[in-house]
Amino acid sequence: MQQEVVLAMLAKEPSSGSGLRARLNDALGPLGEAMNDGQIYVNLSRLEKAGLIARQGIGMPGAGAGAGAGAGPGAGRKVYQLTAAGQERVAEWLTEVSWPKPDLAEFHLKLVAAAQAGLADPIGIVDAQRRELLRRLRDVERAAMAEPGGSQAGLLLEGIALRLQADLRWLEACERAWTDRRYR
Amino acid sequence: MNENDSADPLVRCRGLRKEYGSGEGMVRAVDEVDLEVARGEALAIMGPSGCGKSTLLHLLGGLDRPTAGELWLGGRRIDRLCERGLAQLRRHDVGFVFQAFHLMDELTAEENVELPALLAGRSPRDARQRARELLGEVGLADRADHLPSALSGGQRQRVAVARALANEPQLVLADEPTGNLDSAATLEVLRLFEDLHTAGLTLVVVTHDERIAATADRLISMRDGALVDETRLVGGTRGNLGDLAGLGG
Repeated sequence: MQQEVVLAMLAKEPSSGSGLRARLNDALGPLGEAMNDGQIYVNLSRLEKAGLIARQGIGMPGAGAGAGAGAGPGAGRKVYQLTAAGQERVAEWLTEVSWPKPDLAEFHLKLVAAAQAGLADPIGIVDAQRRELLRRLRDVERAAMAEPGGSQAGLLLEGIALRLQADLRWLEACERAWTDRRYR
Repeated sequence: MNENDSADPLVRCRGLRKEYGSGEGMVRAVDEVDLEVARGEALAIMGPSGCGKSTLLHLLGGLDRPTAGELWLGGRRIDRLCERGLAQLRRHDVGFVFQAFHLMDELTAEENVELPALLAGRSPRDARQRARELLGEVGLADRADHLPSALSGGQRQRVAVARALANEPQLVLADEPTGNLDSAATLEVLRLFEDLHTAGLTLVVVTHDERIAATADRLISMRDGALVDETRLVGGTRGNLGDLAGLGG
């Protein structure tokens, strides 16, 4: 996870590490479990060193680095707020057009290599992958069904489901293409 | 399979076949299908357009008659039923849900839902009460007086599901139930089917939609009229949900 996420979650109002955790849990629902507290505190510590956040009462830009690492015992009770530089960084981050890259080339080349070397049946590989993705989609749909209407986490789960659906459709195309090749 | 191992499946077919046309132009839409559906099971059938999956569904529900093969529903053989017998079967034992909802436009939601019960000879009072219960179960009690045109796609499909349940069928058959729905309405239908499944109903869904297929107990793939692959779906990756969203690590 990018440290900008932690930074941006502090934009609403200053918060302690544990308060931040609660905000993230609200937004992520069942997916919040995947994030451990360590990640949050490591990010807070880095952001503080970078002068993007400061602990309340300990002064503003520059003071954070001298105050030692923000992580460690008691970090959950310290209240953090954005510095001017932090606010600027959040504004910048919001306008960035970034998107996770799907790594389909690896799977594609796996099929090509398996077929060329005669090591495995590409269709068997597609089939195994399809089962795995269906299992994941099943879990995502179950989690989505359990979310109350209008929940923020429900919207995230919908996004995951739609991506998995797209991947499954591509696998269907792979299966069709490799079946045709086999009988050519 | 040993007869005793089948544990009394609700649906059973052997060598089921449906042919259209004859001679050179003969098309075998369903080709020697053997299938069992357990009571309380949710089964999804997927396959490309024209693979015969809708035809198979129509055979299972008595909307169409097989050319050859044997078909049982609840231990009763139904492939040889006469037209009247099939009509009885459709009315009492099977509920249908279609892609295009097939609601009567000039009837309210409640009137649509009570119609099958009236056709089956129940009193208007009983039919009305049952319709109200069912609309409540699908979360549309407050829309009972609405015409279908005043409802969203997801709501229309929920009315159609309520209608399918009007005569307490043993089996619910759905043909592309989410085919006309957007992503949010698809989730409404998934939730509803999950409720039916939990209540012990047997469900067979023909679909292109991986999202509905993934929530079934078992997924069968169909090609050129034949069943070619079967997957039993079980969960167990729950811990990795975060990875799927780009969290963790």
